[in-house]
Amino acid sequence: MGLDIKYPIGLMFTLMGIVLTIYGLATLSDPTMYQKSFQININLWSGIGMLIFGVVMLALVKKKKTE
Amino acid sequence: MEMTFQLAWIDYLVMIIYFAFVLGIGWALKKFMKGANAFLEAGRSMPAWVAGLAFISTNLGALEVMGMAGSGAKYGMLTTHFYWVGAIPAMVFLALFMMPFYYGSKARSVPEYLKLRYDEKTRGLNAILFAVMTILSSGISMYALAILMEKVLGWNFHISLMLSAVIVLAYTYLGGLSSAIYNEVLQFFIIVIGLLPVVFLSLHHVGGWAGLKESLGNVATANGFAPDAYTSMWKYTGTATGNPLGVEWYGILAGLGFVLSFGYWCTNFLIVQRAMAAESTVAARNTPLIGAIPKMFVPFLIILPGMVALALMNDPSANFSLPKNEAGQPIYDYTIIALLKQYLPSGVLGLGITALLASFMSGMAGNISAFNTVWTYDIYQSYIRPTTEDKEADEKHYLKVGRMATIFGVLVSIAAAYLASLFGNIMDFLQTIFSMINAPLFAVIFLGMFWKRATGHAAFTGLLAGFFIALLHHGLTAPEGANTLVKGGWITILHVYPVEMAQNFWTAIFAFSTSAIVTVVLSLLTPKVKSDEELVGLVYSLTPKLKEMDVPWYKRSSSLAILVLVLVTILTIMFW
Repeated sequence: MGLDIKYPIGLMFTLMGIVLTIYGLATLSDPTMYQKSFQININLWSGIGMLIFGVVMLALVKKKKTE
Repeated sequence: MEMTFQLAWIDYLVMIIYFAFVLGIGWALKKFMKGANAFLEAGRSMPAWVAGLAFISTNLGALEVMGMAGSGAKYGMLTTHFYWVGAIPAMVFLALFMMPFYYGSKARSVPEYLKLRYDEKTRGLNAILFAVMTILSSGISMYALAILMEKVLGWNFHISLMLSAVIVLAYTYLGGLSSAIYNEVLQFFIIVIGLLPVVFLSLHHVGGWAGLKESLGNVATANGFAPDAYTSMWKYTGTATGNPLGVEWYGILAGLGFVLSFGYWCTNFLIVQRAMAAESTVAARNTPLIGAIPKMFVPFLIILPGMVALALMNDPSANFSLPKNEAGQPIYDYTIIALLKQYLPSGVLGLGITALLASFMSGMAGNISAFNTVWTYDIYQSYIRPTTEDKEADEKHYLKVGRMATIFGVLVSIAAAYLASLFGNIMDFLQTIFSMINAPLFAVIFLGMFWKRATGHAAFTGLLAGFFIALLHHGLTAPEGANTLVKGGWITILHVYPVEMAQNFWTAIFAFSTSAIVTVVLSLLTPKVKSDEELVGLVYSLTPKLKEMDVPWYKRSSSLAILVLVLVTILTIMFW
């Protein structure tokens, strides 16, 4: 098939990563929000993780195209 | 514990992003769907890593995720047997010894392999049973999904059912098997990433692995086991009563490790279809091996949180409990949902819920995409409208039939889902019955691949005999404390097994042995119909060995297989 699956995967996780990172930053000073997660800002960390994963996937697509 | 979640806008936003991509992939693939081959076989063009991730993703449906987390909360570390003994060896065997014949024979489905190797009636029997079973499974998971959305998200049952059916229909109708496979890969990543926050937070809560071992030690002694009974795999399997699973080591090895898992992984077309869609023989062989690597780490994602739940349930200060059924027993299937509720704030909560919804839908899409292939090639093309001289027109015609089968499959699934909501027990029973075809099927395919003397008449009779013995065994035995006939004993009870698992193992062992014996004996008594020339590419001894010399050593199946087996051995020793 003519579609490289890494492209939609990369795009989706980059987008979700940005959304969760922003949400994590916006809720940074909300003390009740992260009671469940032992005051760990799990949205921020997950968001950053997903952003990195998404960007790596996109970079792999780009690398393949230039080869 | 109240199970309804209050989702915030951010949770819905995450969910919407995911489903936009799911539908987008289907849409993007639409233009490549020019014939039946592209639609039903993904044009045999998938790279090994894509096929490999789809291969395990199909199996990582929501019923598996929820069920295995629940088993983790019931049996502890012993649940990993389903992975390290139950799945990995069978996947390695499928890759090395069976894929060359499935792929090399140019069969487009497992039933078609049976036709090429044996005869038409063996194929017909398998195709029809498989088609019914797949649609039934699809309907049951659709029902389970709608119930979940009703209970957990507070959505209307009928709307949830229709919504999930429409989404699955849309992307399988547009992009066929390729769309199902691509979405399975996407789903694999969303499940892993969506569950990681729960794994991390739950382990953090109990003080890591050491803390978990300590808490579960108290639970084990309270239940009359050795302190590390919940955190060991093999140590206490010398006796059935010494471990929470209630099965001895040889029962685990023979029942789970051999018959059940080989029957499931090596003959289930739903799974094998992913490897058949690979781009080359080497890629097809590597597909199950590449899938095996993430597969062996899935227990840390699913069973581990389940074990934390077990510790929390026994710790009054944790304020954690599972919902109870009418009899006051905890409903273990809700383990993962209870954990999501316990630990996740809005945001990652949406991600976790999305992961669950995703796994439900990909399970259904997998069933539908396997169903439409078997329907089109093994039923419609062989009995209703055979191929004609005009290949091009045929391809277009069967593409249309495949698409119609997709719509038909989804409609029947919806009907099955409603039947399940009315007669849940009967549907469970039917599913148990149909799962009995796996073990005899494995015996027949195994003999077919490795013994050129096996004949069609013998295989057909072997399949039926194995199936009836399984049925008989199920009718004559029951697990301890069974209160419905669905669990067995519907003829009369001759033997009672300590746990349901043991009954399942023995059903499969009896079915496999009967089928194998009948096939061998009858093959010797019936004339050999197919000549050696006809069996080239279908039987091991008559097929030239696959040369892998032009492939770099790290891409060879043998190297990958060794890597997989070494890794799984290390894991087994670590958690002995």
